[in-house]
Amino acid sequence: MSPKQSHRLRANSGAINRQKSVQFTFDGKKYTGFEGDTLASALLAHGMHLVGRSFKYHRPRGIFGCGSEEPNALIRVIHPSNAEPNLRATQLEIYDGLVAESQNRFPSLKIDFLSVNSFFARFFPAGFYYKTFMWPASLWMFYEKFIRQAAGLGRVSKDHHDPDRYEHKYAHCDLLVAGGGASGLQAALVAANSGARVIIADEQSELGGWLLTDNNFNIDQKPAMDWASNVIKKLRSMPNVSCLVRTTVAASMDDNFILMAERVTEHLSIKEAHLPKQRLWKLRAAKVILATGAIERPLIFSGNDLPGIMLSSAARSYIFRYDVLAGTRAIIFTNNDDAYYTALAIHQAGGFVRCVVDLRDNPKSQIITTLRKLGIDVRTGHAVTAAHGTLHVASVDIAKYDTENGAPTLDAVHMDCNFLAMSGGLNPVVHLHSQRKGRLIWDDRTSCYRPENKSDEWVSIGSANGTFQLGRALSEATKVASSVITKLTSENKGIMLQETIAIPQTEENKQNWTPLPVWLVQSGQPYISDKTAFVDFQNDATAADIKLAVREGYHSVEHVKRYTTTGMATDQGKTSNINAIGILANTLNKSIAETGTTTFRPPYTPTSIGAIAGRNIGSLFAPVRTTRMHSWHKANGATFEHVGQWMRAWYYPREEEDFQQTINREVHATRHYAGLLDASTLGKIDVKGPDSAEFLNRVYTNNFATLPIGKSRYGLMLKEDGMVFDDGVTTRLSEDHFYMTTTSGGAAGVLAWLEELLQTEWQDLKVYLTSVTEQWSVASLSGPNAKSILKACMSEDKTVVDDFPFMTMKDTFIAGIPARIFRISFTGEMAFEINVPARYGLALWSYLMRVGKEFKLTAYGTEAMHVLRAEKGFIIVGQETDGTVTPYDLDMHWIVSKKKADFIGKRALERSSMNEPQRKQLVGLLTDDPNKIIPEGAHAVLDPDQKMPISMLGHVSSSYYSPNLKHSIAMALLKGGLNRKGQTVYIPMLDGQEPIKAKIVDPIFFDKQGDRLRG
Amino acid sequence: MLKIKCPICGNRDETEFSCGGEAHIARPLVDNKLTDKAFSEYLFMRDNPKGIFLERWCHTSGCRRWFNLARDTISHEIIEVYPIGQMPKTAKGKKSYQANWRRRSKAEAASKPAKRIVK
Repeated sequence: MSPKQSHRLRANSGAINRQKSVQFTFDGKKYTGFEGDTLASALLAHGMHLVGRSFKYHRPRGIFGCGSEEPNALIRVIHPSNAEPNLRATQLEIYDGLVAESQNRFPSLKIDFLSVNSFFARFFPAGFYYKTFMWPASLWMFYEKFIRQAAGLGRVSKDHHDPDRYEHKYAHCDLLVAGGGASGLQAALVAANSGARVIIADEQSELGGWLLTDNNFNIDQKPAMDWASNVIKKLRSMPNVSCLVRTTVAASMDDNFILMAERVTEHLSIKEAHLPKQRLWKLRAAKVILATGAIERPLIFSGNDLPGIMLSSAARSYIFRYDVLAGTRAIIFTNNDDAYYTALAIHQAGGFVRCVVDLRDNPKSQIITTLRKLGIDVRTGHAVTAAHGTLHVASVDIAKYDTENGAPTLDAVHMDCNFLAMSGGLNPVVHLHSQRKGRLIWDDRTSCYRPENKSDEWVSIGSANGTFQLGRALSEATKVASSVITKLTSENKGIMLQETIAIPQTEENKQNWTPLPVWLVQSGQPYISDKTAFVDFQNDATAADIKLAVREGYHSVEHVKRYTTTGMATDQGKTSNINAIGILANTLNKSIAETGTTTFRPPYTPTSIGAIAGRNIGSLFAPVRTTRMHSWHKANGATFEHVGQWMRAWYYPREEEDFQQTINREVHATRHYAGLLDASTLGKIDVKGPDSAEFLNRVYTNNFATLPIGKSRYGLMLKEDGMVFDDGVTTRLSEDHFYMTTTSGGAAGVLAWLEELLQTEWQDLKVYLTSVTEQWSVASLSGPNAKSILKACMSEDKTVVDDFPFMTMKDTFIAGIPARIFRISFTGEMAFEINVPARYGLALWSYLMRVGKEFKLTAYGTEAMHVLRAEKGFIIVGQETDGTVTPYDLDMHWIVSKKKADFIGKRALERSSMNEPQRKQLVGLLTDDPNKIIPEGAHAVLDPDQKMPISMLGHVSSSYYSPNLKHSIAMALLKGGLNRKGQTVYIPMLDGQEPIKAKIVDPIFFDKQGDRLRG
Repeated sequence: MLKIKCPICGNRDETEFSCGGEAHIARPLVDNKLTDKAFSEYLFMRDNPKGIFLERWCHTSGCRRWFNLARDTISHEIIEVYPIGQMPKTAKGKKSYQANWRRRSKAEAASKPAKRIVK
């Protein structure tokens, strides 16, 4: 049996569906609510206020608001396979089977060990962590563990896997209306009638905004919500309008780029598989109307954070919308007229209003007389100076109060109660306006910051603009929407403003919208301190913290915000911001306008990481590129490595073989018989046009203008700073046609750089670049048997292989496939790079492997390729270079033309610093112990016994075991390395191992004359 | 996120573009007599003004064309978009161009179109 809903009203006026009960669990106990309830309203129906412990002091906290402004009631929802922390109970709609629990408490809500923090509050002032843990720094390591456990909001799942699906949606519209209250609905209607594409979005489960709660007025002679229902029905029927509910407009960015988080299935007990949990809208709106409403602010007095103390508007909302009377013996504390309607609502719902305490001396509205006539005790010029209770408010102190001097004038009266509703006036929700750097203006009449409507792109209306009275707000919505549409009409032919637009007429109570600003109610009692007068409930910042910050010299509002943490984090100061500024202004003896305000940051409410990531997770996070031979590599047991986005065959282990054995076999086979490498990932750029030769001459350091047709040349490409950028072999196919190859990882960057030069620097050159990387499959055949294998494979004239000089290209056929064969080598062996149209890649590869079998042809991967090229001292751009290495540092003076008038990087190479003898230069290293392989990236020093800090000589860029030399080999960039050949260096190791001793040598370890290569 | 009007594709999101930094940095002719210091003004020094800035952008994920634009670095307002190799046309853009220290630099004086090497 679930407990009774003791606080649910008999009257059935609200939006909940009494026909449908909903079962849910909170902190392990089963409860029943109704369809349409939030977790907060369902708990309040059971008389439960206490739902969490506070962030710093672990004070008991209750439900405080009724929507996204809630700072206290953050709870954790447990799903079958994971859990979500920090959801607002006031926004979470209950469904059958919902399991939720409170947070920040240990071991239970009612007994929390860490609440002792509260008794030590005087030792936890603003800036506590900064002050306490400044010295000694080393102790922070010790403190951190304990602090991290005590602090923080909520806990994430231990298992970080999120089983839910999130989606992104991109959209455009003429007008976004943020907020579906009265003003937003009216603005959307005016705009929709003009034919504009309108999106109206609201964070609640239904459109209607405040009208869902307050039905005390008529619009066009009908109850307000009837008017709203008609408008909503009309909007939903229009094809040019999208009505989004449960959709938070989270961020407004440049040029009206809007992020909206739509909660699609969170409120359903059965979540349909085709729907995502959340949808993140990326919206570009031509115009934006902000009708985001207003949030009530609390009053600041000692003990104002006790459970059972709530915003007046929230108390009213629970009565009218959810049929829940949150407290039966109520005190109302206010500085304005609006809270009197809450008192009336409680009275009419059968609650006992003990007292209405009004800070104003002599308010004169009709509603006050009405209440007095009902026999309700109304005390004007009074204040609640303190609230008392342990886990729930039990009594309050009420005293005559002098607002001028900020002190009670008579001793307080003690009054018991079980509920307190407070109202300190309204704050327009200006977050989205502020996110766009819109300015705020302090309005003395309504005591609030309202937006300065100066932008052409967005405008605020209604309560969000400080226009709180319904009739005025509707009139403003109509006028503003009309003028926005008029602007759009001039830009868009499809939109035409309707001539006659009626402004809805309202009948409403006369209400004085001017609150009496009292930012902090002083108790006047020495034993009641403002250290429990909370300003920011979520961050546990008090009035005392703000005063302390001022005493310690923080006077700027931005500094006070950061020092006290007021208005920060997920709450973004929804209920706290203006009160904090008010207290600061009073302490500084300044006006609020002089004190200024802080900037609200996106998102308006927390947006889940899942929604931000969308579908870009797992295998969809980054695309993977595979070559046409990939299936062969897989079938033959290859292990793969990622090179940029490419998946390349790394090595092909056979049974029982470990990594090193595999590499040794592949390298040995290639040096002694023949090896085949999938080189399809090499970047390939087709360079065509009458100025191609001139262009290549300017981007490579060496001469390409003189390259004969059919010949290939290795080129080094620099950036304008003289540093090595890329390398590769380029071949002249005809007078005006070249075939350029780049490094696998650098292909996109090289193409972009060459395009940039042609478009911006040398617009006069007639050159066309086309990326053809994916149009060609490449098999690189090398080794002493390479020539024989190629000859056996040639389908037409086999003699072309006989007359095939080094660094030339033949356009021919192999196995009936058209092929460009290049006699170039990256292994130091006789080698041929066979390029065929991409789709023949697998056929070529399989054919070569089949024919090559009798010549002992072995497939080798990228690791063996690295060893083979390192034995020859060939560099890899990105491994031997890192953007700070010049061709001279690589001892490649021969490739830098002295004759050419110009090339990219030429002048920079002449800078004096480029010829410093102590620059890091490329050398080879041979270890004393031939079996010791130096870790790549290790640093070399001359004397391993020198005192700390040791002076570094340079680092190891490549290191392998060479099976041909039966010796480990390494390449390193060492200071002044070219003049250090023959010297001994040491490579200090981690974990107390002996430093590795090595000799500096020439980086070409194998076949120095290159006889094997030329054949 | 900015909305940028590519001269070829029209209005597109900023994420489709890449910013190439300051525009109108003329490349000195290679046989110049610039000192290392004067050359470094071309090679390393980049402006970062508060206000109107003339920048190069490329529509990387679109037509891949480069173009210039004048942007207000305070408000992010794009004042004009104009082709590479041309001058800004708006008064603000012209003023920004003239006011740039680079107009009086030795490196810019040493720039003129590269000579053709291959006939």
